[in-house]
Amino acid sequence: MPAQSVDTPTTTSRPRTERAAVRLEGVRKVFGDVEAVAGIDLEIDEGEFFSMLGPSGSGKTTTLRMIAGFELPTAGRILLDGEDVSQRPPFERDVNTVFQDYALFPHMDVGDNVAYGLMVRKVPREARALRVEDALRMVRLQGLDRRKPSQLSGGQRQRVALARALINRPRVLLLDEPLGALDLKLREEMQIELKRIQQEVGITFIYVTHDQEEALTMSDRLAVFNRGRIEQVGAPADVYERPATAFVAGFVGTSNLLRGAVAEAVVGRTGMFTVRPEKIHLGEPGASVGADEIGALGQIRDVVYVGPDTRYIVALDAGADLVVTQQNLATSSTEALVARGRAVRLVWKREHCLPIADLA
Amino acid sequence: MTTTGEFPSPRPSTTRRLATWLHRRPRTRLAALLAAPVAWLVIAYLGALVLMFINAFWSRDAFTGQVVREFTLDNFLELTQDPYPEITLRTLGMAVAVTVACALIAFPIAYFMAKIARPRWRGLLVVAVVMPLWASYLVKAYAWRLILAEEGVLNWMLGPLGLKGPGYGEIAVWLVMTYLWLPFMIIPVYAGLVRIPDSLLEASADLGGRSWMTFRRVILPLAFPAVVAGSIFTFSLTLGDYIAVQLVSTTIFIGNAIFLNVGAAGDLPLAAAYSLVPLGIIMVYLFVARKLGAFEAL
Repeated sequence: MPAQSVDTPTTTSRPRTERAAVRLEGVRKVFGDVEAVAGIDLEIDEGEFFSMLGPSGSGKTTTLRMIAGFELPTAGRILLDGEDVSQRPPFERDVNTVFQDYALFPHMDVGDNVAYGLMVRKVPREARALRVEDALRMVRLQGLDRRKPSQLSGGQRQRVALARALINRPRVLLLDEPLGALDLKLREEMQIELKRIQQEVGITFIYVTHDQEEALTMSDRLAVFNRGRIEQVGAPADVYERPATAFVAGFVGTSNLLRGAVAEAVVGRTGMFTVRPEKIHLGEPGASVGADEIGALGQIRDVVYVGPDTRYIVALDAGADLVVTQQNLATSSTEALVARGRAVRLVWKREHCLPIADLA
Repeated sequence: MTTTGEFPSPRPSTTRRLATWLHRRPRTRLAALLAAPVAWLVIAYLGALVLMFINAFWSRDAFTGQVVREFTLDNFLELTQDPYPEITLRTLGMAVAVTVACALIAFPIAYFMAKIARPRWRGLLVVAVVMPLWASYLVKAYAWRLILAEEGVLNWMLGPLGLKGPGYGEIAVWLVMTYLWLPFMIIPVYAGLVRIPDSLLEASADLGGRSWMTFRRVILPLAFPAVVAGSIFTFSLTLGDYIAVQLVSTTIFIGNAIFLNVGAAGDLPLAAAYSLVPLGIIMVYLFVARKLGAFEAL
């Protein structure tokens, strides 16, 4: 991800219509009297790992389902590779989906599941067998083709679903919270695995998730969804370091918001500001504050020990609480916990105190 | 049951002591629970079956009409002779025809209920399907008798088109049975289809399958056990019915033959022997149905 921005400046400059694998223009979706997607414009590049991040009900899954063709947009256009597919059924779109519940056919074995797309397209049996073997090898499930889905573990089913979708060599692969049902360890393993596969096949991945860490670690770019709209699109570092809205600041990482009178007292300006918890230094009340720094006095209200870090909740004298995380480099849990109630001075660099738009 | 604390210890009542006593004896509790139903099952149900089974190996003295209580296979021998094989085959054919018709009509209805109708309509539709079962079977059969009569509604409606209804006969039996047993097919098939996650249908379409392919490769294989489950009802109910048959035809089916032997001819042993035939057919059918996974679908 960091390598990309240096020598390919086009990734962030517009227009890049010609390169867009998927393009959404003013897409809306209304169910009854609920507006699930409230007008979205988006371009996703060829070969990109693109995440749609947001809480449940934010419209990210509905957007994905519209790209797949399971839902037709109420308004707007969906273009795949420059071609308007808005009203086409799923079987006439060159995209494939990995479903949240995997949706493996329970009456077919792994081989038949993976071969389904080829069987439907009447690919001859021998060619099918070869490609099934390839696909299973790619997801590291070779030799399991005669098993039934019910005889597989969750992680294995996930891989079968992936192989079944990728065997058709679609232009775009859609993944709907594919790791949601897996336990943490397996999920981390599959994240790396998915990234590897994506780089191997070079297909555009559109990945829906509510897990901000997943979106940050895997994506080339991501879109943050909220209430049917996109709040911000950008590379993970952009979105994390420079959240465009209060919602993004809060949803991606922990939000420390300073607004109103508190902002005036601490930052010295009106408006709304955010600062990431790990950027704040926790010091003695007498700690010095440099010219390029902001300092605020407060009292440690609570201490949460989370293994590698300790999270301090500091009540500012100016009002509002800020979360501060400190790595436990030399601190033990007991040392960290006795800090409760202590008066402190919080210090952070001015450049880390970001003004944000308040849409809420 | 401790007596410490500020509450005065209650004098244990008889029921309370009984409850405590039972609590320590799970087997006694189980016996108390099941005594009545098991007694009913053994005496009224299995008992009748056993009596029938024994009867089938007795015979009737042609001269006195008395039942001779000696073991013989004569009844079964007689069932291999005219007109019984024909009656058996006809009944079997009717059961198959009714089952196929029920399956063909029930599937689209059940599919609509399970996959297309909005969830809040589903309950209403289920009630609508089951509603005819609240009406008496006899009333419905008689209604069909009126519909199919020479001067009946069907002929009255078809008349202007220059057409004529089937009248009484085997087609009438097929129509009436299909009507009577249809709910018994719709409900299991509906239950089977509801259990297929929508994502499977979406996955099939996503992978390039058009509606027909999705139906043939995904829906049908997954719903087939449910169809077989429904067919157990339609098949066995058709196999045993004789009243509706009598109302709309003069054709003899297994049930009618048994009924005639019990009543007019008074040959109970032969009737008992013939009763074992549909019983045997059903047992074979159930065995096959189990192989096809129908019981998991029930």
